[in-house]
Amino acid sequence: MMSDLHQMSIARLSSGLQAGDFSSVELTRHFLHRIRQLDGELNAVLTLAEEQALEQAQAADERIQAGNAGPLTGIPILHKDIFCTRGVRTTCGSRMLGNFISPYDATVVTKLKEAGMVMLGKTNMDEFAMGSSNETSYYGPVRNPWDRDRVPGGSSGGSAAAIAARLGVAATGTDTGGSIRQPAALCGITGLKPTYGRVSRYGMIAFASSLDQAGPMTRSAEDAAYLLAAMAGFDERDSTSVDRPVDDYAGQLNQPLKSLKVGIVKEFFGEGLGAGMNASMQTAIDALKTLGVETREVSLPNSGYSVPAYYVVAPAECSSNLSRFDGVRFGHRCENPQDLEDLYKRSRAEGFGPEVKRRIMIGTYALSAGYYDAYYLKAQQVRQVIADDFRKAFSEVDILLGPASPDTAFRLGEKSDDPVSMYLSDIYTIAVNLAGLPALSMPAPLVDGLPAGLQLISNYFEEEQLLALAHQLQQISDWHLQTPSGY
Amino acid sequence: MQWETVIGLEIHAQLTTKSKIFSGASSAFGAEPNTQACLVDLGFPGVLPVLNEAVVKKAILFGAAVEAEIARRTVFARKNYFYPDLPKGYQISQLDHPIIGPGHVDISLESGESKHIGITRAHLEEDAGKSLHEDFHGMTGIDLNRAGTPLLEIVSEPDMRSAREALAYAKKIHQIVVYLGICDGNMQEGSFRVDANVSVRPVGQEKLGTRAELKNINSFRFLEKAINFEVERQIDILESGGRVVQETRLYDAAKDETRSMRSKEEANDYRYFPDPDLLPLIIEEDFIAEAIREMPELPAARRTRFEEQYGLSAYDADVLTATREQADYYEIVVAEAGDAKLSANWVMVELAGALNKAGLDLPRSPVSAQHFAGLVKRIADDTISGKIGKQVFEAMWESKDSADSIIEAKGLKQITDSGAIEAIVDEVITGNPAQVENFRNAAPDKQPKMLGFFVGQVMKKSQGKANPKQVNELLRNKLLDG
Repeated sequence: MMSDLHQMSIARLSSGLQAGDFSSVELTRHFLHRIRQLDGELNAVLTLAEEQALEQAQAADERIQAGNAGPLTGIPILHKDIFCTRGVRTTCGSRMLGNFISPYDATVVTKLKEAGMVMLGKTNMDEFAMGSSNETSYYGPVRNPWDRDRVPGGSSGGSAAAIAARLGVAATGTDTGGSIRQPAALCGITGLKPTYGRVSRYGMIAFASSLDQAGPMTRSAEDAAYLLAAMAGFDERDSTSVDRPVDDYAGQLNQPLKSLKVGIVKEFFGEGLGAGMNASMQTAIDALKTLGVETREVSLPNSGYSVPAYYVVAPAECSSNLSRFDGVRFGHRCENPQDLEDLYKRSRAEGFGPEVKRRIMIGTYALSAGYYDAYYLKAQQVRQVIADDFRKAFSEVDILLGPASPDTAFRLGEKSDDPVSMYLSDIYTIAVNLAGLPALSMPAPLVDGLPAGLQLISNYFEEEQLLALAHQLQQISDWHLQTPSGY
Repeated sequence: MQWETVIGLEIHAQLTTKSKIFSGASSAFGAEPNTQACLVDLGFPGVLPVLNEAVVKKAILFGAAVEAEIARRTVFARKNYFYPDLPKGYQISQLDHPIIGPGHVDISLESGESKHIGITRAHLEEDAGKSLHEDFHGMTGIDLNRAGTPLLEIVSEPDMRSAREALAYAKKIHQIVVYLGICDGNMQEGSFRVDANVSVRPVGQEKLGTRAELKNINSFRFLEKAINFEVERQIDILESGGRVVQETRLYDAAKDETRSMRSKEEANDYRYFPDPDLLPLIIEEDFIAEAIREMPELPAARRTRFEEQYGLSAYDADVLTATREQADYYEIVVAEAGDAKLSANWVMVELAGALNKAGLDLPRSPVSAQHFAGLVKRIADDTISGKIGKQVFEAMWESKDSADSIIEAKGLKQITDSGAIEAIVDEVITGNPAQVENFRNAAPDKQPKMLGFFVGQVMKKSQGKANPKQVNELLRNKLLDG
């Protein structure tokens, strides 16, 4: 039984811990062992925090024995390397922060620590979360456990690959334009991007502040419900976090969904969608219907503008957010700077990779005097138009449905020389970020042996409904239980 | 050609808050370098700004004081540029939608007339740290204690036409922010910084000339000198057929000149955009009403009240209300001493004179308002004469004792016992028969002057303690009746 701990759900592990079937230290050792054994080829985990993990597991065991454990106490967690973790290196996938050890914990990290979770380590990611394949990481690409010649998606590719390969129970991710949902889809796991403001951004290294949102990446919607409940909530240190009670997501997973109306987004089933992917989606929709929900077609007429709008707003914000990486106070500093300008130029030229530089350049251009109105302001107006599309759609239906990605995982290197085709892999996820809505990706039937992601989108702060629908679908299907061979 | 000077001022008033504008770190001045900067001030990866509510209230107070529009929705923006003392690579400031919109103040001109000076806007922003270029052997030291200190930038219209007007306006704004208690006004420490936009144009021309922005002005005196220097420089250029360049110029007080710092051509493109970490701030009516409820009385209102309540002249009321400290001091004195005019004279002449001589400002006066009130009270109730009062004041200045204890200890209490005074008067009359004879034979119009001799004698014999009024009366009666 100890050998299949990595196949168990959070609820199952939690009851096992409570019953004393195994300890958190044993559970932690099990996963540390799996990471050491299996991650060599995947490169999903950048930093293993073995010592701290065992200390935290020990403390969790004591807490369980003392009888004041919660549902997550003693459960291992992997954090995307974008979250600042006190005393444990936080690289953000960049050479710039190769030597950076944060003096503080991100709010998400603190909250999960307080819930008693055990941090195993930090997961690989696209540099500063800029990428859709995990190939922009300075620390090498992550490989997809379903096919190691393929990408895991990005930017939370390390978290997605690690959960798919059962190297951890759950992981955190962040989603700016699809960075939780797209890798979740490509790796066959469940990933949720909450409503903007639901989870604190404090301590999460900013890419595009108005779009970034942290969320859970797990094997099932049920696991995601437990994790989100512990991550969410108002944080006085984040002015954009929303002061509003957190729902009992796990407790509401089985709420009746009979009268639920699900809208199938017309624009997400157009030309760009592969035939296999389309078939997978149709199978999932048919299964959904057996739950008794009503489906109908809806339109998001302006969703086609979301990629261009996103690639103005996100780079603009990133160009400013990344200015603090100047070689002065922390992070990479060039050798023997001749003067201030040399220090800036070489520290940043050496510290940032090409995709980050590309976006800083795009963003700097978009914000420049004379271009601001044409680009940034226009993109913000487009954002409003897209949000209005969603508002109209949600006046007709409760949940929107579509694929999370136009295709299954592509091969390593396949799109790295073509940024535009790379950007288009987020075509179904980006509109959600622009509108600030919650959405998840969950496994649909495999396409040619590779995972496909079904995306569900709900209205603001209705994560509980989203998770309930996904959970009930997972109760009548087994797509989320499929595991890549060898893991 | 006749030239007209056009001046607009940008004033940065550091707001007196316990903590910084977007973090909980202390904003006190003078701490060891880099001891008052938290992770937010240092711009660490992942940190976020949270607006300090106190700065919003202070900005609202200023807005109300200059009769300006107070925004119901205000937006913070990022001003992007690289500099080592700017940790995030951008300054959080405001561009569109500043917290305070158009307002105005009236300044008094030397002619006695008053002039309306428009305030374009006032906005909130964070200060940068300090770069220290000395003492680091060719390197630069960075002190980030000041990073994140709240500033209110007050921008005027180009309504001033001379250095004197600019000075009057700057002093007016200074008086207002200090009165409101939102800024300590200390120019040396940089709590109140004035930058001047100066241009000249031929008299009668509508179009503004090319302006230079003068920085590094750290006193009112230098403001006037810097502008005057700059005006002459620009006129010289134009009269010799040259062209004024739009640029930033630093004032060098030691050389009394301005010199070029950077020109417009080299200027940064700040790439302003709304800060996505801070949502637009919606200011509710209740919040504004509550902030304004805490508004202290402003100089103009206080001056009028002083005239009405205390019966003071316009001049006295103006002098006494010049600073909030002095007006507060005066009101403590008058409340205790009772005599408003006497209190005003003593505060304005004796106290102000002593402070001036010692080079002290009022908050550092060795004589507290309470003690000073005790002194004026004793003069008002005839316990001591004004002349003795000066003696007592000098002793108070040195010893910090109360007036009463000094009067008691030195036996300076005025003699008001008419029997005792009469005895001395009689003694003086008896002792100076020739003078008495002369007085009695003199013409009545000469007599008052001659009375002085006898008064002097009596005061001398009484060691100055005899009540002068009683002495005069008794002498007059006795010399004329005798």
